[in-house]
Amino acid sequence: MKRLSAFNVVSLTLGFAFLYIPMLILVIYSFNESKLVTVWAGFSTKWYGELLQNDAMIDAAWVTMQVAFFSSTLATVLGTMAAYVLVRRGRFYGRTVFSGMIYAPLVMPEVITGLSLLLLFIAIGMDRGVLTIVLAHTTFSMCYVSVVVSSRLISFDDSLEEAALDLGASQFEAFRLVTLPIIAPAVISGWLLAFTLSLDDLVIASFAAGPSSTTLPIKIFSSVRLGVSPEINALSTIIIAIVTVGVLTASIVSKRQITRRLQEEAQAG
Amino acid sequence: MKRLLIGVPFVWLFVLFLVPFGIVLKISLSDIDLAIPPYTPTLEVSDGWAGVAAFFSALDLENYIFLTSDDLYWKAYLSSLQIASISTFLTLLVGFPIAYAMARAAEEWRPALLMLVILPFWTSFLIRVYAWIGILSTEGFLNQFLLWTGVISEPLTILNTNTAVYIGIVYTYLPFMILPIYATLEKMDASLLEAAEDLGCSRMQAFWLITLPLARPGVVAGCFLVFIPTLGEFVIPSLLGGSDTLMIGKVLWEEFFNNRDWPVASAVAIILLLILIIPIILFQRNQQINKEAQQ
Repeated sequence: MKRLSAFNVVSLTLGFAFLYIPMLILVIYSFNESKLVTVWAGFSTKWYGELLQNDAMIDAAWVTMQVAFFSSTLATVLGTMAAYVLVRRGRFYGRTVFSGMIYAPLVMPEVITGLSLLLLFIAIGMDRGVLTIVLAHTTFSMCYVSVVVSSRLISFDDSLEEAALDLGASQFEAFRLVTLPIIAPAVISGWLLAFTLSLDDLVIASFAAGPSSTTLPIKIFSSVRLGVSPEINALSTIIIAIVTVGVLTASIVSKRQITRRLQEEAQAG
Repeated sequence: MKRLLIGVPFVWLFVLFLVPFGIVLKISLSDIDLAIPPYTPTLEVSDGWAGVAAFFSALDLENYIFLTSDDLYWKAYLSSLQIASISTFLTLLVGFPIAYAMARAAEEWRPALLMLVILPFWTSFLIRVYAWIGILSTEGFLNQFLLWTGVISEPLTILNTNTAVYIGIVYTYLPFMILPIYATLEKMDASLLEAAEDLGCSRMQAFWLITLPLARPGVVAGCFLVFIPTLGEFVIPSLLGGSDTLMIGKVLWEEFFNNRDWPVASAVAIILLLILIIPIILFQRNQQINKEAQQ
């Protein structure tokens, strides 16, 4: 590969500056003493203190974590099932409708998904609350999980599973002992993706939430509409820190697994 | 076993994805009413066939006719298309050079560069949009910086204009453009460029004649991945845009939450879907062609 040209270096530098400077400013100014967000008045952690005192924020954060945990777990189970059926089970009656329903939510505008789910909940007389948000989030994130898991299922050799079946394993045993360990990294990253999608969602949650159940994005959105506030900067910094640590850990772990697998393969060979 | 595997996700999506669409379609044909739920008619199964007949005869296209008669909706659809097209083009302009440089970087650097592009994608969308409010406002960081360098003498009004919406879209959707372009450029055979240069092409010519045509599938995929979600975008126009920023996602939201006109909101949703079908089909076809080309 040739060396990078000056143009390449400039586009990388400017590109990453564009991606990271806004978040950096947010983090730096979360430690600002002043209530005026754009004027620096000395270092302080008081906004973090105020954030911890803000019970409404803490409640919303708790609701958000619950919703994200339950919806991503459900979505992982359903999405993996759907991926397995679509990749491994060949033709069946209604397959086109099925795969259409898996891919359509990925390109559906959030306002439409949210509106249609809300109208469903009202039509069947379901009270809106944590449960309806979990149902809504599971529905769209299971499609993402299914896409992630199918790409892994397509690339692995299905003769391994056939061998297990020939050797007397039941279909469930073959799945649990052979297929699942192989697709596990994809299942885990599908779960992580579903979890972050749920943490992040404002639009669908706003439609599905009732008056008593506010998630963190709904809370942030209603406060941000009134303008920039140092407390939201502090909250954003905490979220950015958690995501950064999470993503870096996940990538280091998966890198280690790959190197270990390569080493094992080299030894076996 | 097989029935269970197919059945559970199928029933889930049927009840929570397909049925709700039927309901949206039905409500878009209904009339607004001061009741709970705020639309009429509602199906009275207890009345038997007479109830079902009365239900269907009360449905009409009135809301769609209303949408065509009021300028607001036409303008909102057109302006959404315009904002989505312009911002897709801008994202391509910003994203292509980054993806190109990443693909040309030394192999041991690429995973780290890729990580740097993906990391913002995992960070909250809402927070990334919010970050720009503090930068673009009249007393914000951009104006402070430009005033300090003396480029301008009066602060610029950027926040609450369409310019801010473009910046917000390019910023948040940039990874969707970079990743597919990078994926096609990375697979490109470098010897093709050497061959072209040996045959007398200048570097610029080689770029236009070889790199760009080979990057096309990635560029097309990236453009659709930005264009399709932007068309129905709600968060960016409502936080960064002004009162004159018309986007259909925002109109639908306001129709539903502020005006409480559920039948009109449903009709707006149905038309937005019809507009989206064309780019979605084109995108699917592009992905199919790419897949076949790879095999």
